[in-house]
Amino acid sequence: MKDKTRKKLKSGQMKQFIPLYLMMVPGLLYLLINNYIPMTGIVVAFKTFNINDGIYRSPWCGLKNFEYLLTSNDAFTIIRNTFCYNVAFIIVNNLVGIILAIMICDVAHRGLRKLYQSSILLPFLVSIVVTSYIVFAFLSHENGMFNAILQANGQERIMWYNSPRYWPFILVFVNCWKGVGYGTLIYIATISVIDGTYYEAAALDGANKWQQIKSITLPFLIPSAITLLLMSIGRIFYSDFGLFYQIPQNSGTLFPVTNTIDTYVYRALISSGGIGRSSAAGVFQSVVGFILVVLSNWIVRKSSPENAIF
Amino acid sequence: MIKSKGEKVYQVVINIILILVTLSMILPLVLLFMCSITDENTLVANGYSFFPAKIGFAAYAYILQNYATVLRAYGITILVTLIGTSANILITSMLAFPLSIDRLPGRKIFSFFVFFTMLFNGGLVPSYIMWTTQIGVKNTIWAYILPNFLMSAFNVILMRTYFRTSIPATLYEAAQVDGATYFRIYLRLVLPLGKPILITVGLFSGLGYWNDWTNGLYYITKSSMLSIQALLNKMIQDIQALTSLSTADSGALLSLPAVSIRMAIAFVAILPILIIYPFLEKYFASGIMLGAVKG
Repeated sequence: MKDKTRKKLKSGQMKQFIPLYLMMVPGLLYLLINNYIPMTGIVVAFKTFNINDGIYRSPWCGLKNFEYLLTSNDAFTIIRNTFCYNVAFIIVNNLVGIILAIMICDVAHRGLRKLYQSSILLPFLVSIVVTSYIVFAFLSHENGMFNAILQANGQERIMWYNSPRYWPFILVFVNCWKGVGYGTLIYIATISVIDGTYYEAAALDGANKWQQIKSITLPFLIPSAITLLLMSIGRIFYSDFGLFYQIPQNSGTLFPVTNTIDTYVYRALISSGGIGRSSAAGVFQSVVGFILVVLSNWIVRKSSPENAIF
Repeated sequence: MIKSKGEKVYQVVINIILILVTLSMILPLVLLFMCSITDENTLVANGYSFFPAKIGFAAYAYILQNYATVLRAYGITILVTLIGTSANILITSMLAFPLSIDRLPGRKIFSFFVFFTMLFNGGLVPSYIMWTTQIGVKNTIWAYILPNFLMSAFNVILMRTYFRTSIPATLYEAAQVDGATYFRIYLRLVLPLGKPILITVGLFSGLGYWNDWTNGLYYITKSSMLSIQALLNKMIQDIQALTSLSTADSGALLSLPAVSIRMAIAFVAILPILIIYPFLEKYFASGIMLGAVKG
């Protein structure tokens, strides 16, 4: 008798959840199509793909695609570029972000503080294609502002889009311009929850500005800095396709310093017969990326569990 | 509070630095605008400059005259952004709300199903093959809406956390006592009370759709289907992308202000964002901070 009521209650209870399950259907279906089906498609990296047979019926070829990728010079270049640019981006953007956040929070004038905060986020909203047009206005060989200035000062014009040595700096700068506002806002959020009495007490004890920053602000910022850092390490073999494809305007001479895994995957995919190399590079990225995300999250969970993403 | 001399000097120094930073953030956009209103011959002679010797509106006149290309691209972008963003908010919230109900059987499995997509992905090649050969989005408006941008696991988790922490569970219980189904609760309670997070997710989704050029690059080959960003992308390599579809005859090619028109179209592409930004800035800022606090 008791059992029966429990059972009845249970099925009655299940009934109330039906709307919830139905609501989840579109979202789950989308993830299934957009994310999970392509995941099974990574087998294409171990196959000789032909369009008629599709991914699943094309013949296996073992590790041939990977051999092909690794014996080319490209593999080293794209992995080095992806890794090194990310390291530079992480260092520059976090450093500049922390410095700007500390300064913005210290600005006494409320209106100015708002102005700085809003303007710093503005480039974040500009599309990378438009950004590449802006960069072009500065660097274009014939019409660029920099070359006009160089010429006005009696110096030689520079073929910016054909001179690889400038590009590591240009890309780090453009990435900072576009992305620093994001990190700065996160650091501002962290600083703004610091109890103001700490600073008052420090000031009473005669601590100067730098001492206050060093002993109060920075220690508060370190946990979020470490979390952001570990998250970026998880994505260190991913690059911003737009940044590396658009800003150098796909210039072939610059490939040695601008080609990353993501631009390589795309260019190989659209070149004839490149689908094997392309998918091999993609699988490398997915697998290494997966290991690094899990690893970095594991470290975050050890050091500050509240910041772990899972 | 009495300000010491050191404090005053510090204020002056940081304000000077921050004004310089602010200028470096805004001036490139100003340059884009100035380039677009510079006389074409002045541009060819002197190059792009903040202070053009001669102002000219040939680029905008050309756009207005040959409005079909730019207007169509603009229309596609607006349509994609509207459809995509509304669908995104709807689908994301309909998935996030059930996941925020602790007593839903199987909740953990579904959460993991969502979450795992943040850890691992199949990469471009399998997605590209699937969308083009099996689903056939190529050269349709769905090529802009469906791949990658319709819903992100990150936003689902963001929204789920918001629902769970900001809407008291007692409200649901009270509604259930009154005989409301979960669907009704979603419509009458969750959507109105979750407005801040819906706006934030919608804003980032809208920005993503408006600025996206990659789906256009991958899946669009027909020039009449280019969105504004995809058109800009094409024009970098090939200014003819614009003239080849101009409404006027081929004679128009001669009068094309090739140097300034790129900048004019680029400026037209960011104009809506520049206009709405001051009104929605706080949502962007709070969205970033929200995402940083807990993913």
